[in-house]
Amino acid sequence: MIEELFADEVVTKAVVRDVELPGGAGTMALITLDNGFDHTKPNTFGPRGLTALGEALDAIERRTDLAAVGVIGKPFIFAVGADLKGAALIRTREQALEIGRLGHAVFGRLGALKVPSFAFVNGAAMGGGLEVALHCTYRTISSGVPAVALPECFLGLVPGWGGTQLLPRLVGPAAAVKLIVENPLSQNRMIKGRHAFELGVADAMFEPADFLEESLRWAAKVVKGEITVERADHTGDDWDKAINDARFLADMKLRGAAPAPYRALDLIARARTGVDFEAEDEALADLLMGEELRAGLYAFDLVQRRAKKPAGAPDKALARKVTKVGIVGAGLMASQMALLFARRLEVPVVLTDLDQARLDKGVGYVHAEVDKLLAKKRVSADQANRLKSLVTGSLTKDAFADADFVIEAVFEDMAVKKKVFAEVEEHVSAECVLATNTSSLSVSQMGADLRHPERLVGFHFFNPVAVMPLLEIVRGDRTDDATLATAFAVGKTLKKSSVLVKDAPAFVVNRLLTRFMGEVIAAVDEGTPLEVAEHALDDLGLPMTPFALLQLVGPAVGHHVSETLHAAFPGRFGVSENMAKLVASGKPGVYKPDFSLDPEAVALFAGGDRPSTAEQVRRRVLEALAEEIRIMLDEGVVAAPQDIDLCMILGAGWPFHLGGITPYLDRAGFSKPRFLEPGVASVPA
Amino acid sequence: MPSSRDVVFVDGVRTPFGKSGPKGLYAETRADDMVVRVIRELMRRNPNLPPERVDEVAIAATTQIGDQGLTIGRSAAVLAGLPKSVPGYAIDRMCAGAMTAVTTVAGGIAFGAYDVAIAGGVEHMGRHPMGEGVDPNPRFLAEKLVDPSALVMGMTAENLHDRYPHITKERADAYAVLSQEKAAKAYADGKIQPDLVETAVRTAEKGWGLAVQDEAPRPGTTLEALSTLKTPFRPHGRVTAGNSSGINDGATGCIVAAREAAEELDLKPKMRLVSYAFAGVDPEVMGVGPIPSTEKALRLANLEISDIGLFEINEAFAVQVLAFLDHFGIADDDPRVNPYGGAIAFGHPLASSGVRLMTQLARQFAERPDVRYGITTMCVGMGMGGTVIWENCAFEGAGA
Repeated sequence: MIEELFADEVVTKAVVRDVELPGGAGTMALITLDNGFDHTKPNTFGPRGLTALGEALDAIERRTDLAAVGVIGKPFIFAVGADLKGAALIRTREQALEIGRLGHAVFGRLGALKVPSFAFVNGAAMGGGLEVALHCTYRTISSGVPAVALPECFLGLVPGWGGTQLLPRLVGPAAAVKLIVENPLSQNRMIKGRHAFELGVADAMFEPADFLEESLRWAAKVVKGEITVERADHTGDDWDKAINDARFLADMKLRGAAPAPYRALDLIARARTGVDFEAEDEALADLLMGEELRAGLYAFDLVQRRAKKPAGAPDKALARKVTKVGIVGAGLMASQMALLFARRLEVPVVLTDLDQARLDKGVGYVHAEVDKLLAKKRVSADQANRLKSLVTGSLTKDAFADADFVIEAVFEDMAVKKKVFAEVEEHVSAECVLATNTSSLSVSQMGADLRHPERLVGFHFFNPVAVMPLLEIVRGDRTDDATLATAFAVGKTLKKSSVLVKDAPAFVVNRLLTRFMGEVIAAVDEGTPLEVAEHALDDLGLPMTPFALLQLVGPAVGHHVSETLHAAFPGRFGVSENMAKLVASGKPGVYKPDFSLDPEAVALFAGGDRPSTAEQVRRRVLEALAEEIRIMLDEGVVAAPQDIDLCMILGAGWPFHLGGITPYLDRAGFSKPRFLEPGVASVPA
Repeated sequence: MPSSRDVVFVDGVRTPFGKSGPKGLYAETRADDMVVRVIRELMRRNPNLPPERVDEVAIAATTQIGDQGLTIGRSAAVLAGLPKSVPGYAIDRMCAGAMTAVTTVAGGIAFGAYDVAIAGGVEHMGRHPMGEGVDPNPRFLAEKLVDPSALVMGMTAENLHDRYPHITKERADAYAVLSQEKAAKAYADGKIQPDLVETAVRTAEKGWGLAVQDEAPRPGTTLEALSTLKTPFRPHGRVTAGNSSGINDGATGCIVAAREAAEELDLKPKMRLVSYAFAGVDPEVMGVGPIPSTEKALRLANLEISDIGLFEINEAFAVQVLAFLDHFGIADDDPRVNPYGGAIAFGHPLASSGVRLMTQLARQFAERPDVRYGITTMCVGMGMGGTVIWENCAFEGAGA
């Protein structure tokens, strides 16, 4: 019985209450979906919840006095899909089939009643929640709904309770592939109620203030025949184009590395000629038993839960208040940080630099970005004025005197950074937190000569600062708890996910990416054709190929980090002479602006006489990653493999279907022993 | 009454009234949400009124805390989606709150400060029991400014029976039965439903539902049944749950406008404000309040009681209505009085009731083009009465 797997199911109840429809339209049995918690714990469906809805429908089907049936959620939430905790415990394909069939059996009844059914989408509707609505005869939606989505493909599933079959026929293939495939593959984008209405997901839209009342008035008119809902017939749309466009996007993002979006597209294509719920059941069962989904569920849990409670972070109560921020430097990185601090902390931010022109440029960058936000109506005119007035520049560091948090964004050189902090310490209070944005230097060493080394902490952003969600927070050997707690609190206010890392060279993301790149470049140096090495890992579906990543980072920065790591771990991190040549050439990388290979740049890597095959490169890179992660865990760089994965997902954009990376290394047999217990991010035995 | 501009009552609606308490319709519904529903329905029913032309939103509540606090006229206006440029305020005269909201904005309209205003009231007596949070000044009793019974409305009703011994419990019960009968007939004839706006309700246990009609009326109430009820305010007393209004939850609202603004916007006024008056009496017999307030309003209007063709008097207690009728020489069963029944049947969510009287009078006016004048009147805690005299916009002459 699958109920046993979902032992922790928070059951969404289906409470039925009779409603007299206005205008004498008769009685509606109104089903409220409610798991008994407030909106912070949304309605989900496991086997018990599905059964409860089925029982409610049993009673409704026995009645002969009804004119209609309605379904609505609890305040602010309609329903947000399947109970994922239980899904991760499914062990056999039969169980997987059962959960799919149960959903179809229950939801399908909403579309097969003797009277019309109405979904009143009053709040967030995702996944199975949206599918409940799709099975109903009619739908209304609140213009206040913040999120409508079918995020299954984001996790590694398909909308398998009717979504792939009903939605395309309702809204057409172009809108359906957008909701089912394209949005999930685009940072799991969600749409708002108004947009869903415009796409045709709902037949009518009402404002949230009296959404149910007006929905019921509308439903009464539909029941009485005063309103006829006209829907377009989409069977004549260009299905092939819609599906091929989405397939192209999936290939670009995944290179076939995750099966779910492709299965979803196949199912959508099938819906053109009629609904086939059995095909959905089969696809769902295959995917539920696939390792990519298990890795996806694991990754989802990491970013939803572990990222919010960083392992090893000190007591929040120790954090000191930050009422002013100082930033040393006024370059691009510093300016990006200034904008972020001003927007999120809403405290004065002062940039310092030795050069008035650079200061003007830095502050000017922030003001220009604020103007862009204003133009996009992301901030009001008053907020724009406030943000601009918060960010100022100073030629002298005495402007930091009343700052509580000073971060440096100067050249990546130990001597330069030590000098900067020595100067800052002349002006700031003894409690002011000093933070370094170093990507590879030792925080302990940087603080060694400070009067108060306990207030120095590593605070490593990823580029672009405003977008990348990860912060590596580095504890030096003398960093105290109050400093660390303040760093975590600031990170949280910046809406970043912070991971505590040890003061080890290049921390987590850059260390692994450098090891990864080092192996690829070494293979090229040895004579492997660049194109072969470049695509040797395509089947992982990483966000970028190695040399594309190098281009983004910049050869000089990449080379510099490799030197730092070579100095620390000469046995595992090489320094490529060809890379030095590329840096010296001043080229931005091996690609030209049109993304074709630059033959001159490629030629710099020529000369090796020990070429590898793509498979050899692939093995070499993955073995190296497994080795490096093992060493990092042994060194205690982070608390657990989960933190490695969290860093790679949030800092490098590594995909859910790999679970970051350690679930993939486990399932592909590169880790000996496994990083994670069997059943964690994998199908339980 | 001196005024520079005529003031008209355009339209009024209310939520169905519920019984207060954990099993009541609105047990877990917020008072401000009920007001929001009323305001939105007023705007919906009067699409000619551009929302930005609403110059004021005056909402009454007796207990102005929690969901009835936060300057409920303003907060409900914002929640209802009226433009932020529309101001609002909260107002309180206990039971006559909504009535006072109407007369106060009417004063502003007559003066020329407003063209159009929304006035109404709300009381969720389940969430806000009578007397919640009050802190009576000890001088009231120390200096015998009021009788100790003055703050308990049921006791003031018993006091009224003492003052008018000829108003017996039997007479009060008979009046209550009549009120229930008239309300039941009005419902059966579809007179009440048009002024109700169906309102969503939800409880954690029962889920979402819809309030479509008043919960309190007890059609089929008999004298025998009433005679068995307890007299909670006095042993062997006369005031019972049966011959009093109940403890209720509800919200009301109406659009009040300058006649010229109504014409400009093509709104359809139902009544013209003729005069209004409030008067004070001894708090321990607050139920006589409508007598002096009505006398004063008649005087201001230069009218006699015989000019009044319809009476909507709030039935806080049967005895208080009977005292009024006796004073003006009107029979207990005079068909001009509360033709649709009254608060004994519908309930009395304190500060909301004044506008219910007006919407019912307006509907009766529409049916009775032969009637020119009507009054809405009610007694008020702490010893007051309030009366508004209205002229029927549908009046076609006495012979019609």
